[in-house]
Amino acid sequence: MWRSEAFIMGKSRAVRSLYHDAIIQTWEETMKKQFTGSLSAIALAVTGVLTAPMAQAQDYSRFGIDSDLPGTCNFAATDAKDYSGRTLNIITHAIPVIGEPTALHAEQFAELTGAEVNVVHVPFGDLFQRIMIPFQSGQNAYDVLFYGSLWIGDFNRFLAPVPDAFLNSSGMSDVTDSFKGVATWNGQMIQYPMDGDRHYLKYRTDAFENAELQARFKDATGRDLAVPETWEEYNEVAAFFSGFDWDGDGEVNYGSAEVAKRDDLMFSAFISRAAPYAKHPDVTGGFFFDLETMEPLINTPGFVRGLELFVDAQKSFPPGGTNFGLGDEIFSFGGGQTLMSYSWDDAFIQAQQEDSRIRDMVGAAPLPGAREVWNRDSGQWDNFDEPSLAPYMTWGWSSAVSDMSEEKEMAFDYLCFFSNEANTFHDLQIGRFGVNPYRDSHFDSGFWQGLGWDASVADSYVKTLSEMELSENRVYDLRIPGVGQFMSSMANGVAEALAGQKSAQDALDDVAKEWAGIVDRIGEDRLRDAYANVVRLEDNEG
Amino acid sequence: MLKPKHFFLLPALLTLVAIILFPLIFTVRVSFSSWDVYQAGLDYIGGRNYTRVFEDTRFWESLLRLSSLSFITVTLQYVIGFALALAVWKQMKGGRIFRVLFLVPMMTTPVVMSVIWRTMLHESLGPANDILSAFGIGPVPWLSSAAGAFVSVVIVEVWQWTPFMFLLLFAGLVSLPREPYLAAAIDGAGPVRTFWQVTFPLMAPISIGALIIRLIEASKIMDTVYILTSGGPGTATETPSYYIYIRGLRDFQVGYSAALSLTYLVLMIITLTIIAKLLMRFLVGKDA
Repeated sequence: MWRSEAFIMGKSRAVRSLYHDAIIQTWEETMKKQFTGSLSAIALAVTGVLTAPMAQAQDYSRFGIDSDLPGTCNFAATDAKDYSGRTLNIITHAIPVIGEPTALHAEQFAELTGAEVNVVHVPFGDLFQRIMIPFQSGQNAYDVLFYGSLWIGDFNRFLAPVPDAFLNSSGMSDVTDSFKGVATWNGQMIQYPMDGDRHYLKYRTDAFENAELQARFKDATGRDLAVPETWEEYNEVAAFFSGFDWDGDGEVNYGSAEVAKRDDLMFSAFISRAAPYAKHPDVTGGFFFDLETMEPLINTPGFVRGLELFVDAQKSFPPGGTNFGLGDEIFSFGGGQTLMSYSWDDAFIQAQQEDSRIRDMVGAAPLPGAREVWNRDSGQWDNFDEPSLAPYMTWGWSSAVSDMSEEKEMAFDYLCFFSNEANTFHDLQIGRFGVNPYRDSHFDSGFWQGLGWDASVADSYVKTLSEMELSENRVYDLRIPGVGQFMSSMANGVAEALAGQKSAQDALDDVAKEWAGIVDRIGEDRLRDAYANVVRLEDNEG
Repeated sequence: MLKPKHFFLLPALLTLVAIILFPLIFTVRVSFSSWDVYQAGLDYIGGRNYTRVFEDTRFWESLLRLSSLSFITVTLQYVIGFALALAVWKQMKGGRIFRVLFLVPMMTTPVVMSVIWRTMLHESLGPANDILSAFGIGPVPWLSSAAGAFVSVVIVEVWQWTPFMFLLLFAGLVSLPREPYLAAAIDGAGPVRTFWQVTFPLMAPISIGALIIRLIEASKIMDTVYILTSGGPGTATETPSYYIYIRGLRDFQVGYSAALSLTYLVLMIITLTIIAKLLMRFLVGKDA
């Protein structure tokens, strides 16, 4: 047993808490000195500078990690805690995505601390109501919650703020500013960041770099083949690459795999497509609504253009592509059927699996932009020489502690342990876990090359992700009360347009009407207050 | 006058109140509230939710869609189920094996079978289009076109629930009296005439029961649609049950979904009662 651990175990709970704070401060100072954002530096720190204090540390490799890494809530620090006789109740997503790491780290936490940890796994479709019903009925059902970060608008009233000790933890100080913003509500962090998500473009480098295909594309379009910079270019390239076997595997290939199934996260795909046309870099005060009037902007020309291009893109989908959910999109692009795709990390990680036939034949790039952007202030389209990009920081997984929990300290300790350095680097490597880069140290090409990725692939991945953090024209989800109603309504309108039941304009006009009704029912002022949090993020006001 | 023996009914009555009456009354109360994602609890907003129901074209369109879906699936189930029951009714080789085989689809879990059907009908990777392509057909847009998705739901429903119809009708056939058949044979009636003049009329009461039971079940179709098409493409296969699920459990509009559910319940009771009366009048020749 580690000496410090033995020392702490012998102290009272209050003393242990003070000692815990001291450890946090010590580690914080150490981290500032030792962590330069590079995982290789971490490795050096572990084996070099920090050799002395770690020399007598226990071997935690039985937990499936190579070694314990320095950090506020590492295995050694968690091992020093004693929660024997106490119970932690956790609700999370079904296995494997997030559910599997939740259960894995819960089991580890229980073994290290002596706590009894109960984990409830719920399918995504039921997760919101399974959390919301106990909240609304005042039941203290769960201490720790894992859920989609966009539900912060609905859940914020029921969540406990992250205590200072954890705000200053080593892991938290490494979280990127944008994901700290995602976890923050009215200036207070109430979600515990443990995942980072964004939509970006994935494409097949072997096709784009193929001289014969480049020549054929030039003949057909008069343009040089290049990674699309606008959605019009995306559609054009996708259409050209549809319907023939361009990678020589004996199977017909297609241009684009997209999440187009109505109730399977399609709303996020539409936001990705519409954002550059509707999000003007010089216009502030709301993307989905005009913050002042709370008038829906969903049927303005920018969104309509995005939807028209989405409808047009269907001709480049594989057979059945208009019914593709996220899983289909992952396997279509990750399996080598399609040239391009855009959504979360999963399709890219799938393509980069060791057994993938297209491993190291893929690249990442920012989502396509627009040369014409709707300016709602002037009521006209503005032209841009360089495509205007509007990166979509789409929702991902987040975690939080219920304000009704009687075990808040243990709950936050669990979340801190869940996302400690060793666990996070372990989880990032397993695609099915659903944990994606969200800390500065994750944007290290060396780490991904260490997993066997080609340097160019790792570089394009890291560059794309990290540059999104720097954009000042980002779009976030509609993180307000009733977001499920708004997105469900939007997805239905988009689906009707995709199915040809309505024109893009008519479909979005109907969505706007429905949104106005939701605003009336939930309350304009209440929604405005909530939406201001989103607008602050989009307008780079912290 | 209450006697001690009447108190033996108390457990059953209490159970009835607990599992049927209380939820029903509670749902009625919820339907007059604005219980929503932000506003929890039972405030009173009058008939506002019901006004919304009558203005909700998506709900009424889903009802019309359900009508055609139910009519087509139940009719096909009845025709195929009757044919299969007739086939194994008379002595035939391997009849017992067929009787068991015919029942297998009904015994499988609808959600699991819908997942399997979705995989089979997957337009890029599923075997259905692979097999059809061997004959130069396709690719068929099973799930990505409105007509294809509707037909796919019909296929799965017919496949899954024809055995139920078969079971009821076969039980009915087995219980038919022999005398009318002997009389028909003496009169020289052939198989077709015997069916229309003897079997079909004798089977009418059982047929009506089977049709009504299946119509009730078909009106609640949810799992097949949820797994197979999610109501799409667009709203091409959205049924009332799935729509109510979206409003209630996805959007968390608890009060409104209660109003939708009760409206739907009342409409179903009225419609199915009328259908049962009409079937009795036309098939049996008298009111039920």
